[in-house]
Amino acid sequence: MKSHAQIAVIGAGPAGLAAATKASSQGADVILFDEQPAPGGQIYRAVESATAAQKKVLGTSYARGEGLVRALRESSVDYRPASTIWQLTAEREIGVSRDGAAGIVTADRVIVAGGAIERPFPIPGWTLPGVATAGAAQILLKSSGLVSEGAIFAGSGPLLYLVVSQYLRAGLRPAALIDTTPRSNRWPALKKFAAALKRWDLLVEGAGWMREIRQASIRVERAASDLAIEGSDHAEAIVFHDGHGKPQRITGDRIFLHQGVVPNVNLTMSAGCRHHWNDRQLCWVPDVDRWYGSSLPGISIIGDGAGIAGAVAAEAAGRIAAIGVLQELGYSDAPTADKQSEPHRRKLAQENAIRPFLDLWFRPNDAHRIPDRPETIVCRCEEVTAGDLRQGIALGAPGPNQLKAFCRAGMGPCQGRMCGLTVTELLAAETGKDPEAVGYYRLRPPVKPLTLGELAALPISKE
Amino acid sequence: MRRIEAVDRSIVKIFFDGQLIEAYEGDSVAAALLSTGMKSIRDTAVTATPRGPFCMMGVCFDCLVEIDGLPNRQACMIQVYDGMVVERQSGAAAIASDSPSHNKQSTGKQSSGKT
Repeated sequence: MKSHAQIAVIGAGPAGLAAATKASSQGADVILFDEQPAPGGQIYRAVESATAAQKKVLGTSYARGEGLVRALRESSVDYRPASTIWQLTAEREIGVSRDGAAGIVTADRVIVAGGAIERPFPIPGWTLPGVATAGAAQILLKSSGLVSEGAIFAGSGPLLYLVVSQYLRAGLRPAALIDTTPRSNRWPALKKFAAALKRWDLLVEGAGWMREIRQASIRVERAASDLAIEGSDHAEAIVFHDGHGKPQRITGDRIFLHQGVVPNVNLTMSAGCRHHWNDRQLCWVPDVDRWYGSSLPGISIIGDGAGIAGAVAAEAAGRIAAIGVLQELGYSDAPTADKQSEPHRRKLAQENAIRPFLDLWFRPNDAHRIPDRPETIVCRCEEVTAGDLRQGIALGAPGPNQLKAFCRAGMGPCQGRMCGLTVTELLAAETGKDPEAVGYYRLRPPVKPLTLGELAALPISKE
Repeated sequence: MRRIEAVDRSIVKIFFDGQLIEAYEGDSVAAALLSTGMKSIRDTAVTATPRGPFCMMGVCFDCLVEIDGLPNRQACMIQVYDGMVVERQSGAAAIASDSPSHNKQSTGKQSSGKT
């Protein structure tokens, strides 16, 4: 199998699909790696195999993915599904595993489209079996048509309402939607509402989900706080304070949590790309220029992995990055690239206009990001609690890496994906420093586990 | 969990701890296990506490199982195939070579009824 490409794209969601097809349309040789068995990313997951009934439940914005995937199938892109990327170096060496065999592919240009992951939701009991993310509920629906009777949805953010409305369309009645969006978010968000009207259609779509939920007359709790899940071997109930501060308890053994999505930065951080803390989105975001070039030459970062902006923006970013890379490789000149990118930049500006409003409206509750209660597990892999972390901080651990050495948080197989943001924010809160000054775990390859056998079977390099 | 409609994909038979499970082509191992109503599919390495699939997209590593003899596979990222043998992992892996089954725990609390 070919081990060098002019352009390697990592991730086959909207950003990666748009970038790969655009790049190959001008004759560049392009490899597209994706960890999933089929193209579409999480948002358009299984869009090729979805049945009519699934599409009806999933809604119109899901169908948008069909065109992107068709364009990939009609292109000359060397598409490699089920490929796990475990390394990206500054020299653009990509470590990839597929079917238990590892290899290294090099590229003149690498475009990373790693997408988003759901923000950690560290509350007591979030590790109990039966608790999953709202994203997981949607993945089960998209890939397998699986749903849960009597499910409880809790948290905040557009995806939560979307999944609940999809459940309703599938004929289910969730036991409750427990909305944790704080009322105090409204005023700062409304100040950004005028700009958000540029995407009035999206606001209308969101209002439609809300209407579906209202008309279904399922139990909806607003401005809920102090969430905790009870159960011994599995989830049995969720307890919380309602909008009036009154304690409530709802029984249920399938509980789906969500409080927004954040960029999936493990690969780009381990490569050494510079990142900064985004205070509005409360997450790490890579530094990129207007062509989505990262701080490392030849590596671009696009889509939600470069800052949460949604699927349509991701697609526009993918095309802009591809145009930029093609120009660097000599397929066009700078004025042509500028001209070609213009419509996509306009689209992007329109998409980005709604972000400040959405980010501020759905800013997750502090207490659900920075757990108060000492027994709350923060690092799911190593079972490190908020109490353990605070003890480590009291003992003098100045940053996430020292805390990791003190109490193993972030040392498990997920490599900090489920605890890293919590650890940064908890350290910031305890020490009075900015998250930017606190920093993040030092990530190193392999960013996904591979067996020693795979590693040993790698070809030996020339040096 | 249940399916929203009759599935027209072909049935795939897998085994979980010796128990036969009928899934459908295209299901991930995690989806296949959840479709039976199962909640926990492993016990953690540190305290052998039961866990189940959480993110379903390869991020959280809470669905690790042994598949056809290979431990620590992400059940949400691997699709089922006929005759697949899936085993529950309990606790930390034993390193000693005299252990006949490499993924059964050597230390810590043993969870009840799961071997």
